[in-house]
Amino acid sequence: MPDNRLGGVTPQAIAAFMTLTLLVAGPVYAQTPSGSNPTAQAVSEQQLLDELQKIEGRVTLPNTAAGLLEQPQGRDYRSFHEGWLPWIGGIAILGILLLLALFYFYRGRIRTLAPGSRVRILRFGALERLTHWMTATAFIILAITGLNFIFGKRLLMPLIGADAFSTWSIWAKYAHDFVSWAFMLGILVMLATWAWDNLPDRHDAHWLRVGGGFFDKTNRTHPPAGRFNTGQKLIFWAVVLGGIALSVSGIFMLFPFAFTDINGMQTAQYVHATVGIILIAVIIAHIYIGTLGMEGAYEAMGSGTVDINWAKEHHSLWVERQEAKGAIPPRSAAEPAE
Amino acid sequence: MARMKFLCDADRCIECNACVTACKNEHDVPWGINRRRVVTINDGKPGERSVSMACMHCTDAPCAAVCPVDCFYTTADAVVLHSKDLCIGCGYCFYACPFGAPQYPRVGNFGSRGKMDKCTFCAAGPEGDSTEIEYAKYGANRLAEGKLPLCAEMCSTKSLLAGDGEIIAAIYKERVTQRGYGSGAWGWQTAYRETIDV
Repeated sequence: MPDNRLGGVTPQAIAAFMTLTLLVAGPVYAQTPSGSNPTAQAVSEQQLLDELQKIEGRVTLPNTAAGLLEQPQGRDYRSFHEGWLPWIGGIAILGILLLLALFYFYRGRIRTLAPGSRVRILRFGALERLTHWMTATAFIILAITGLNFIFGKRLLMPLIGADAFSTWSIWAKYAHDFVSWAFMLGILVMLATWAWDNLPDRHDAHWLRVGGGFFDKTNRTHPPAGRFNTGQKLIFWAVVLGGIALSVSGIFMLFPFAFTDINGMQTAQYVHATVGIILIAVIIAHIYIGTLGMEGAYEAMGSGTVDINWAKEHHSLWVERQEAKGAIPPRSAAEPAE
Repeated sequence: MARMKFLCDADRCIECNACVTACKNEHDVPWGINRRRVVTINDGKPGERSVSMACMHCTDAPCAAVCPVDCFYTTADAVVLHSKDLCIGCGYCFYACPFGAPQYPRVGNFGSRGKMDKCTFCAAGPEGDSTEIEYAKYGANRLAEGKLPLCAEMCSTKSLLAGDGEIIAAIYKERVTQRGYGSGAWGWQTAYRETIDV
C-alpha cells in the first residue's frame, strides 16, 4: 500500500533531494570546529542596518508593530528634540521679542492722524469675532502647553519641583490634546470666511515696497489697502497654512501609528514643533501690532467696529467699497440723537 | 560596580518565547504590554534569525534625554529606570528608543497613553526595594535579592545573557572561539557604542 502522507512523492525523489541539499550546503559546512556555520547564510545586524536603515521582523505578539527590532533613527529624533529644537525655539521667540522691542523704540505706537470722528463702521461681525477669539484662546493654550514640552523641564521644573511639574505637565498634555480640536475648527472657519479678502491684489506690491508705512516715523505713509492690507494677508496665510500643517501633523500624533510608522511619527513631530515655533513667533508679532503697536487696531476685533477716520487711513479701498455699497451710514445719522 | 547589559546570542535563540513569558509572569505585567519580545527576521526563509529584545539600558540613554519631565535615572549598576509617578505618558521615549522598549497602556481618547512601562533589568523602580507598592508599579526587584533578570536565567539555550557587561562579553567570546562563528552582540553598537571583537 502506497504511503499517502507523502502525497505521491517517491522515496527515490526524497533521496535525490537530500543528496542535492548536502552537495549544495556541503562546502559551507566544513569550515568550523563544530562542522557548521549558520552565520554564513544568516543576515547580519550591520548588513541589515546598512541596507534597510532599520531592522524589522515578525513577532508572535498581537502587537505586530513590536516586530521593529532596531531603529537607530531614534538618535536623529533625540538630536533634533534636545539639540536643535530648544535653540530654534529660543532664537525664534526671543528674536521676535527683541525685534518688536527695537521697533517700538524706533517707531513708538502708531497713532491715528485724524481725530476721532464719532462715526463708527462695522469691521468684523459677531461670527468673525467669535471665530477669531476661539482660535486665539485655543492657540495660546496650545502654545503654552506645547512650549512646556520643550522648555518646561529647563525653566519651570527647577522652580516648582519635579512632582508639581509632572502634575502640571499631565494636565498640559490633556489640554493640548483636547483644545487642539477647537483650534482646528477655528482654522477651517477662518479659511472659509476670510480667504476671499486675503487673495493677493494689485496694491500688494506697492504696500510691500513702502514697507506698509511701518518705518516712516512721520506717519504719513499709508499705502492703499482693501479690507486686509498685505501684512495682514501674510499673517492670515501664515496662520491658515501653518495651522493646517499643525493640524495634520497633530492628528498623526493624536492617533499614534494609525496612519504611519515610527519614522513617520518622528517626522510628524519635526514638522509640528518647527511650524509651531514659527507660528508662535508670528502670532507674538500679530498680538503686538493688534494691541500696543497701533492705536485703534484692537477695537476692530474687540468691539467689531472702527472709527471711520482710522479705517480711511489704514484701509482706504475697503472704506470706498463700503461707501459705494451703502454700508456706511450718512454722517447725520451718526450724530448722537438727543 | 557592575555595568549591567543584555546580550542575545542570536545563533542560539530558538524563538521559544520563554523569556517573554517569564518576564510577564515574574512582574505581573498588564495585559497588552510586553517588556520583552522575540523578533524573527527572515521568518521561514534561509538565514532566519531570532533575537530577544527588551530595554538595552543604553549608555547615555536617548529615552532619558528626550523625556520632557526628566523621569528617568540610571542606577549605580548602569540600569536605566524611570519613575511612574513623574511619567506623563507623552510617548517621546518610544520615538527616541532604538529598540522599541517603552510600552504604554491605553487609557483614554486620542491615543492618550498611561504611565510608560518597560524592562527594569529586574531592578524595579525608585520606591523602597522589594515593597508591595514597588512590585505593583514596576514588578519584582530581583537585583535587590542578588538575582539576575529572570528572562536570561531561564533561557533554555542560554542564548540570552544578562549581567555585568565584561563577564557576559567574555562568555560570548569564548563561545564564538569554541564553535567558530557568531553573529555578534545585537544592538550593542547602538546601545553602548561598542561591540565585542571576536
